[in-house]
Amino acid sequence: METEGITELACLKNVGVRLGDRTIWSGASLCLAPGTVTAVLGPNGSGKSTLLRLLLGLVPPSSGKVQVLGRPPKHGSAAIGYVPQRSGIDPDLPVRGRDLVLLGANGTRWGWGLPGAASRRRHQLVDKALSAVGATAYANRAIGRLSGGEQQRLLLAQALVSEPRLLFLDEPLTSLDIRNQVVISQLVTNIAQERHIGVLMVTHDINPIMNVVDQVVYIARGRVAVGRPADIITTTALSELYDAPVEVVHDHRGRVFVVGLEAEVAHPHDHGSTGGNGR
Amino acid sequence: MTPTFLLDTVVGPAPSLNLVDDIAGLLHYQFMRNAFEAGTIVAIVAGVIGYFVVLRGLSFAGHAVSHIGYAGATGAVLIGVAPLGGLLTFTVGAAMAMGFLGKRLWGRDVAIGIVMAFSLGLGQLFVTLYKGSGSTSQSNAILFGEVLGISRGDIVITLGISSVTLLLIGIFYRQLLFASLAAEVAEARGVRVQELGVVFLGITGLAVAQSVQVTGVLLIFALLVAPAAIAQRISTRPPYAIAISVVIAVLFTWTALTLAYYYGYPVSFFLTAIAFVAYLVTRAAGSTPAWMTRLRGRA
Repeated sequence: METEGITELACLKNVGVRLGDRTIWSGASLCLAPGTVTAVLGPNGSGKSTLLRLLLGLVPPSSGKVQVLGRPPKHGSAAIGYVPQRSGIDPDLPVRGRDLVLLGANGTRWGWGLPGAASRRRHQLVDKALSAVGATAYANRAIGRLSGGEQQRLLLAQALVSEPRLLFLDEPLTSLDIRNQVVISQLVTNIAQERHIGVLMVTHDINPIMNVVDQVVYIARGRVAVGRPADIITTTALSELYDAPVEVVHDHRGRVFVVGLEAEVAHPHDHGSTGGNGR
Repeated sequence: MTPTFLLDTVVGPAPSLNLVDDIAGLLHYQFMRNAFEAGTIVAIVAGVIGYFVVLRGLSFAGHAVSHIGYAGATGAVLIGVAPLGGLLTFTVGAAMAMGFLGKRLWGRDVAIGIVMAFSLGLGQLFVTLYKGSGSTSQSNAILFGEVLGISRGDIVITLGISSVTLLLIGIFYRQLLFASLAAEVAEARGVRVQELGVVFLGITGLAVAQSVQVTGVLLIFALLVAPAAIAQRISTRPPYAIAISVVIAVLFTWTALTLAYYYGYPVSFFLTAIAFVAYLVTRAAGSTPAWMTRLRGRA
């Protein structure tokens, strides 16, 4: 990446987002570097997905400066892979995983798509993406019938097939069992490092990704804290961010628990910046 | 309303065991040739559009579109315009309006159900207001189709609308598939998901309007939904499933026309009955019979 003179793939400088007359959050400054994983944490409705949508160019900033791949975010870039929350894959969805992945390569094109060199090249990209996520074995089965972990791998392949430089994942570990959470986050990290991709991952639980995360973005009460996990997920830092007595507890296995947020979310302060998911 | 199926039925000779003779007999009359031609065109379009209707879960919304089309067609008759004009305006208009209102509104069964019932009532009012000669049979033709009374001119119109419909689907095919299967990713990658939804409902409106002569507005959904639903159970590859859906829709139509010719009951009845039975059979066989697993493995 250095050869192109860009060390950072995306940067926010003192950015704020408003939806309607409501400030979702403000004062966010962070950068995404190639080959690194950034986790976005925070309570429900704090605007984690809004950060992804901002970088995708689907939501404009209300203040500050946003640069994605050296430009303001542009809606529809093939250089960004996106995996939305895996909420709605219909178990009856009558389409193979492979076809879903292929759409990541040709789904924005017009017309029917005739066989030819370009089509063969796209199918090669699909095969490459499928083997990168280890989904080749079940790529020809109906995606609705697969397990959560298998579906997540296929969605990851769909995001990778356009050979992106940035990868945005929205709650990729939700509704996976613990083993799959670890496997998927390790997979994402390996891919990020091999392909020098900058990964931004929204999650509500830091523990499965604690060992692979380079940077943490913590969003709460309309404010955004950025730093190394060890610096941000501390009693002092989070209490200051929430302006409330939040405690970070470590158990004997090294797992981290943030205590005191439940009350914070249930009885938010006067800001009105919690609640709603920012969509 | 007394059901009069005068134009929808004909009692042909009993079928012999000689297939060539039977086909020759079937196609002996111009009206039967017209019916086969129009039916085939409509079936091809329904097979293609139906794949996306089923994939996007629009069966009920699309059905409402066709009912609104009935009000449009009878309204057109009332003010002395060709029914097809009113039908086109209302189906495409209603479909686009639904698309604009967005999923939040038309996704609601209650809203759709009420609009659907109101449209049928409105259509019935228009028929009563018209009170002209043959108004009831015209209303019946709109509701249940009039495939055996199709003229060469009708076929040209059907062919024209069908070509536009298929062309539009061809243009939007990959984006429509992307938006149907992974809407959020498609949106992030720059596909105009919202607009595409409106356009697709408009295309569905066109397909409904052009099929009215064959199946009528009430029954088009037998042809639009059943073949596509069956095809999706047979193949998980979109292009294959669409092709299978078209083949099934065409076979349904030909079978229905043939049975209607020999047994004298309405084409629409046979068409919907075949769709119903075929769907039941596919569902019953659905779990995973060996032949279907093999087919899926290949397809």
